[in-house]
Amino acid sequence: MRTVWIAALLAAVLAGCAATPEEQEGAGVEDRKPGARPPTGAQSQPITQPPVASVDLTGKAGGRSILTDPSSILSKRSIYFDFDRYDVRDEFKPLVEAHARYLRDNKQAKMLVQGNTDERGSREYNLALGQKRSEAVKRMLLLLGAREDQVEAVSLGEEKPKSEGHNEEAWAQNRRGDILYQGEY
Amino acid sequence: MRLLFAALLLLAAASTATAQLSIEVTGAGAQRLPIAIAPFAGEGALSTGIAAIVRADLERSGLFRGIEVPALNPPLTDSSNVNFTEWRSRLADALVLGSVATRPDGRFEVRFRLYDVVKQTALGGVAYTLTKTQVRATAHRISDYVYEKLTGEKGVFSTRIAYVVKRGTRFELQIADADGAGEETALASFEPIISPAWSPDGKRLAYVSFENKKPVVYVHSLLDGKRHVAANFKGSNSAPAWSPDGSRLAVALSRDGGSQLFIVNADGSGLRRLTNSAGIDTEPVFSPDGQTIYFTSDRGGSPQIYRMPAGGGDAQRVTFEGSYNVSPRISRDGKNLAYIARNGGKFQVALLDLASRQALTLTDSDKDESPSFAPNGRMILLATVIGGRGVLSAVSSDGRVKQRLSIAAGDVREPAWGPFIQ
Repeated sequence: MRTVWIAALLAAVLAGCAATPEEQEGAGVEDRKPGARPPTGAQSQPITQPPVASVDLTGKAGGRSILTDPSSILSKRSIYFDFDRYDVRDEFKPLVEAHARYLRDNKQAKMLVQGNTDERGSREYNLALGQKRSEAVKRMLLLLGAREDQVEAVSLGEEKPKSEGHNEEAWAQNRRGDILYQGEY
Repeated sequence: MRLLFAALLLLAAASTATAQLSIEVTGAGAQRLPIAIAPFAGEGALSTGIAAIVRADLERSGLFRGIEVPALNPPLTDSSNVNFTEWRSRLADALVLGSVATRPDGRFEVRFRLYDVVKQTALGGVAYTLTKTQVRATAHRISDYVYEKLTGEKGVFSTRIAYVVKRGTRFELQIADADGAGEETALASFEPIISPAWSPDGKRLAYVSFENKKPVVYVHSLLDGKRHVAANFKGSNSAPAWSPDGSRLAVALSRDGGSQLFIVNADGSGLRRLTNSAGIDTEPVFSPDGQTIYFTSDRGGSPQIYRMPAGGGDAQRVTFEGSYNVSPRISRDGKNLAYIARNGGKFQVALLDLASRQALTLTDSDKDESPSFAPNGRMILLATVIGGRGVLSAVSSDGRVKQRLSIAAGDVREPAWGPFIQ
């Protein structure tokens, strides 16, 4: 939240700077050589328009960072797990490695890992299982160079299913760890 | 900012236009005592008839069968002379007669007397003073009196239950009478609420709310709606269980990694770690004497129920059959353990006799969760899924009597049966 404000302020300041040369040009009209001026009576008024600084928060201009660009592996945020398991499968290791690299290169970046489970069994046990899943992702991130204070692992258990179905396909979608960067949660 | 946001999420609990739970009894005890409950003289002055509520209460227990009583003119009262021969001919073993009078101050007085028809004696009676909004509560008190006199164990008709209803994206923590009537919303939120647990005095609920986008344990005073955080550490905070004296909570926290058991004072102070395992430890519950904590752990490779001293220490495994036994609950006498067992892909309520080590599967449903003993140990309340919808169900601890509590709209889950009213 705070980062967005700072970005907006910066954008406004930059837009103001960009407008300055135009104002100087306007001032230049006043400073023009007398001979070059049209020989009519009344002093002409320069037409000036105050500049409008554009701040775009819709994510298209400044927002499409490397974290959300679909062509970047960093836009992939979900790690799927097997039934009643909390070890990260090999196929998701490149994804976790890429995020670890990002955290290593961006010391100020922070992330939340949310663990999820399918609907079967005890809600509390599933909450604990989701926690083991998010912590498995966190542990791998730390091993690959992320700092402890950059990653928080929490669990949503079976409470926030991505797929509302009651079959294996839906359950597989819900056995998941999600990565969210600060500002996204 | 965050506070304001949380406040916005918690909607005012004002709507009362919600459909109440209705209860269907789908089984009954082998021997049901036939009882006649005559309409109370003058009960037409009340919003609801007392006799009908008492009869429904007693029948729902599975231990009684109500006998039809024809309209009597003049109506019998608690001071009428009882013609035992006539009631015997109607096959009644017991009889309740009562009356309602309006007091000068506008309140009502309800009196009743209970008779043993077989022995031809009066077993006692009580008089209650009530306002017009206390009719159901009064009827439940009468049911409790009759139940205790005739069975020797305390009735639970005056107790309350807590549960969570999900309607679309809205979650409501509700409190209702044990018969599902008179529901009130204690908390409404757009984020999940799970694991409500009654304080031993029945005045507070501990539960887990996700209103801050992660599980946090709260303690909520039902009388004034005041709530405070009992555990909000880094990671997940969940599975609150009250100590029998109501001073402390056992909780599952992931602040040190994994899911481990801790004990904390109900006000959130004095945190102390209880378990130290590499795996998952969760769902703690105190034995009634406060000496032991039962909990779920996967330390042996699959989730099973263990027990350990309440102050921490070596744990012993309690369940051995099957590869998934979770959600332990102990009966008030400390003799029985109810839990959820996975049997061939079905999640069902099981009961373990802790002395004989005999386990019994009580239900034939397949998605049972959150068992909860009635305070007299006779019934176990649970959540299950029927027709794709979450419903509450209750089963007697011998498996014979089954009740289904359904609600018109929405999924019902996470039931917890409250303590005896003091």
